[in-house]
Amino acid sequence: MTSVPLTTPVIDARGLGRDFTRVSGPLLRRRRERVNAVHDVTFSVAPGEIIGYLGPNGAGKSTTMKMLTGILSPSHGRVRVCGLEPSRQRTLLAGRIGVVFGQRTTLWWDLPLRDSLALTRHLYRVPAADHAARLAELTELLELGPFLATPVRQLSLGQRMRGDLTAALLHAPELLVLDEPTIGLDVVSKSAIREFLLRLNTEQGTTILLTTHDLGDVERLCRRVVVIDHGSLAFDGDLARLRATAPTPRTLVVDLAGPADPIEVAGARTVRVEGPRQWLELSANPAEVIAAVAGAHSVADLTLREPDIEDVVARLYSSGRAAAGAPRREDPVSG
Amino acid sequence: MVERALVPYARLAWAWCRALAQYPVSLVLLTLAQLGATGVELLALLFVFGHVDALAGFTLHEALLVYGLTGTAFWLADLLMGSVERLGEHIRTGSFDTMLVRPVSPLVQLATDEFSPRRLGKNVPSAVALATALGALDIDWTPGRAAMLVVLVVSGTAICCALWVLGACVQFFVTEARELANALTYGGSALSEYPLAIYGHGVARAATFLVPLAFISYQPALYLLDRPDPLGMWPHLRYASPVVAVLLCALAAAAWRTGLRHYRSTGS
Repeated sequence: MTSVPLTTPVIDARGLGRDFTRVSGPLLRRRRERVNAVHDVTFSVAPGEIIGYLGPNGAGKSTTMKMLTGILSPSHGRVRVCGLEPSRQRTLLAGRIGVVFGQRTTLWWDLPLRDSLALTRHLYRVPAADHAARLAELTELLELGPFLATPVRQLSLGQRMRGDLTAALLHAPELLVLDEPTIGLDVVSKSAIREFLLRLNTEQGTTILLTTHDLGDVERLCRRVVVIDHGSLAFDGDLARLRATAPTPRTLVVDLAGPADPIEVAGARTVRVEGPRQWLELSANPAEVIAAVAGAHSVADLTLREPDIEDVVARLYSSGRAAAGAPRREDPVSG
Repeated sequence: MVERALVPYARLAWAWCRALAQYPVSLVLLTLAQLGATGVELLALLFVFGHVDALAGFTLHEALLVYGLTGTAFWLADLLMGSVERLGEHIRTGSFDTMLVRPVSPLVQLATDEFSPRRLGKNVPSAVALATALGALDIDWTPGRAAMLVVLVVSGTAICCALWVLGACVQFFVTEARELANALTYGGSALSEYPLAIYGHGVARAATFLVPLAFISYQPALYLLDRPDPLGMWPHLRYASPVVAVLLCALAAAAWRTGLRHYRSTGS
């Protein structure tokens, strides 16, 4: 195994690119065209960082993840993860990183969680004593105790995700790659997972790279975010700076008793009206706006909608084009 | 090899066995169902011999030997490697990606996926046929011939395993190609359940040199029975099964590596 000095980045991607060949048309007149899924992506992740890798669907997030984990070979550029070349040293790398796909489990459906985890130990060849200590620790942190004996197929989504996280962490990986770790979870489960990831990062120094559509995940976990859009790096920097670059207001959805003129209150702007339902973009404290709306109108229902990643990225992109003229980047692109 | 492939294989297969053991009744019933499915094929062979005394010069017990050798090799390979035929499905659903991020050969993970001892049910009729034939036939049992019987069964099983893997590899390129793979595996086994001589020269040559099905049971049977090939093919072919097995396994391994490289350079 290669030893990696602490100063070496955990992830180092330079000019990373990936083309796909798309074949279309009838059998005899096939047209082949090169599609550029990821283009010239450069970023590096230092040990102990938590990075949010964000972008709308189809932006190239999964393709990048696959190149980082060795599932896919890059067409351009180079990438090192834990000092290894993922596509050539995939098996070696697999023993040093943990990967969790939020939408599919790596556990064995019919086995009790405990047995699934024991099997994982054998696949990763973790010594029994290390496994026992690590499992005890994770069982306590993730509160697995009540369902360790339950077959995986009977677990709730939140329990299963905690099980999957445990499976990905039993071999004490240096890097944890999470693809949509909180998708479909309820608020309590989401919060439990986020707090766990924070502890893992601060107490054990595990580097975490996650993709998510949940702005809550990003706000709680990531100091730094990397945004990819249309296959290219659109932003790399502080979450605070992303917010400043692309301020994204929350939306108040108001259901009135009946159709009415657009609501006019201080601290909000009505952006859309559909029958009795109106959409207000908030610029002030939601509580004040809600009070003002309720005071002036007969309200049947109210929903406060948090902006999601798509909104932020859309803002980023339009403001970037209008203001800077080009996507912003902190790291210089070399190579 | 042992530590990187066989140990994880055994661990994974055992885990699936334990999972299945949660439903003992279902396990027994499905084993019986599998037994019935291949038992019908044996009945068909017996039915044919209810009307004729010999097929292309092969008596009932000689034909049972061929049937027994094919069934034993093919269904053992089905038990060990049959799950690889679902590669296309794993690629489509993305579960193949989860196999690639574990430090164990994806082929081992694929082959043990839903490993099921109930498939042993399929082995029962051919084992009965093989035992009956070996008991009834007047075979000159020297120690060398007895040892060779084991070598031939192992070679036949290895050839069938290689065919399963080759069929699966096509799915790296065309994920919906499972039926095509089945034509090779199930089709090949159905063909070689009967002495190849009954199909005539064309088919027998194709099944010797194109897809080497002849080395699963036909040539081994000629060796055990110590009789000339009614088709008049080269007599030394009957010793070639172990060599063919090694070559075909090497070919399958190369095809797997090529397919995997193709997958990782296209993704899906």
